[in-house]
Amino acid sequence: MVLLASSRHEVGAKSFPVLVYILVPLLALGLQSLLSLHLNRFDLIDLPLLITIYYAITQREPVSATLVGAVIGIAQDGLTHNALGIFGISKAVIGYSAASVGVRVDTENHGARLLLTFGFTLAQTVVLWLLQRHMLGQQYAWHGVHEVIRAVANALVGVVLFALLDQTRRTEY
Amino acid sequence: MESFFSRYRNALVLITVLVAQVIGLAVQVRRPDPNAPDKGGVRVIRSWVVGIVTPPEMLLHATGRGIRGAWMNYIDLIHVRKQDKELKEELDRLRLEEDSLAEDARQGQRLQALLGFREKYVYRTIAAQVIGTSGTEQSQVLLIDKGSQDGIKPDMPVITPDGIVGKTRDVFRHTSQVLEISDVTSGAGVILEKTRIRGVLRGDTWGQPEIVNVSPDERIQRGEAVLTSGGDAIYPRGLAVGTVERVIPQPEGTLVNVRVRPAANLSRLEEVLVISSTGAEMPSEMQQDLSDAEQKASDVLAEKLPSRADPNAPTDEQQDKPPAGNDADVLPPVKPPQALHPDHYTPSDTPPATDLVPGQRITNAQSAADGNESAPRPTRPQPGPAANTPTTKPAVTPAGPKPKPPATQAAPKPADQSPSPANGTPSTPPPTIPPQGGA
Repeated sequence: MVLLASSRHEVGAKSFPVLVYILVPLLALGLQSLLSLHLNRFDLIDLPLLITIYYAITQREPVSATLVGAVIGIAQDGLTHNALGIFGISKAVIGYSAASVGVRVDTENHGARLLLTFGFTLAQTVVLWLLQRHMLGQQYAWHGVHEVIRAVANALVGVVLFALLDQTRRTEY
Repeated sequence: MESFFSRYRNALVLITVLVAQVIGLAVQVRRPDPNAPDKGGVRVIRSWVVGIVTPPEMLLHATGRGIRGAWMNYIDLIHVRKQDKELKEELDRLRLEEDSLAEDARQGQRLQALLGFREKYVYRTIAAQVIGTSGTEQSQVLLIDKGSQDGIKPDMPVITPDGIVGKTRDVFRHTSQVLEISDVTSGAGVILEKTRIRGVLRGDTWGQPEIVNVSPDERIQRGEAVLTSGGDAIYPRGLAVGTVERVIPQPEGTLVNVRVRPAANLSRLEEVLVISSTGAEMPSEMQQDLSDAEQKASDVLAEKLPSRADPNAPTDEQQDKPPAGNDADVLPPVKPPQALHPDHYTPSDTPPATDLVPGQRITNAQSAADGNESAPRPTRPQPGPAANTPTTKPAVTPAGPKPKPPATQAAPKPADQSPSPANGTPSTPPPTIPPQGGA
């Protein structure tokens, strides 16, 4: 069980400067909106989701991860024409789940990050599908291969992004 | 109790956050028109998010645009002379085309007026830069850098020179959301150009626009143009939407959906036009353009057809000059040109009406006597010598009892041709008509 946290060092919570807490989500939202305009199929990538997962698995605090996910999700809803709360609910669930898993898993391992991001991307799709299709009665495209491709793409981008974000944190023991 | 909250604190927070958002969702979904622009707290939250996210986007967009513009300007200068020549030639060709289309347009307006249609002309547009998207596949929304301060309101059509893009949805102070025609919740009234089949265009779940719930029709072919029908009261009629890509049968039912390839490249939009004002009257600028186009088209035509201004052609100054002594205000009568091969219908070949006799046939001899027999003319085969005999001569009466003169012969005749019986024996016997049916 290489991926499980085995020492106090591995489960030590990480903190970030306050500016990083504010600027990184905003930057993720802005880049998501801007790059989707210029790069074809960039909308497969969900930068706000990656930020939510990263904060959750590094903080390992379900309450703060839930709140951060909800705020980022509602902000993402603000850029769409959908009702506020669709991404808010899904990212709150993902944040809570990621923080809960992060306590038990070595999140410093790139393989673990890859698998976690892949799984949470699929989980968000399931939550969105449940919300939009069954709760709101809206149309939602569900295509298995497409969702797997999306999850793989997010996992690969996530590994690189998480490594970059690691440079901004400070470790607390 | 305290231990319960501390023990399940994480789960309780999660449930509280989820319940609060579900209640918020329920309130938003219960609106009478879910597609209408947001109001109240939802609008405030959207305004905050857009207000925070868009300024960096606008800055990045402007920077990239400046760098790209500087480079493209340099590239453009290389080919500018060749392009200038090509554009001038194309401009001449377009003027000629516009001249011919202008008359069709006027005729169309007259017919539409007769039929009671109301054409919408675009009076005013606002150019805007696309600065972002929603960033998700579930929402085909664009962000533009013009808002209520620039005169934009919700439900204004957004177009490019290639075709329609969508309509404005939420309008903020400096930015606006544009709902693309490829979104599931959008809707635009469209019509197929050739088959004249009407329908509603909206996006499918993959962001592809299609005309939904159309009756199957074999005439719908790939490549047929799709135009706005004007039936949605948002898009002016006649704007390009796209072309038919393929017909998709619905899984259930007998109707089909028609997949449309958008005329505007929705994935590569940089600048759009927001139609802020339309009207039923043709704008004065457009009328001026039409009249200018007609004038310029005639000039271009004169340049391209030198035979119309042949310097060696004989002048018609003598014919055009009015006769001396006439009043200057009275125009001389227009004389038709001399016919090369005159016939019965040539004006100068017809004898004056005073020389014509009812029932008399015009012969070649008469025409030749008038001096107009300049060319041989085809003659119709005559039934006999009597056919060429003038009807004023009496016909030879066959042997047998003399028939009674018909009633028409009892009519009074001019004195110089048929003297009255009271004057004695007539010098010329009255014409007789052979009896019908033989002896």
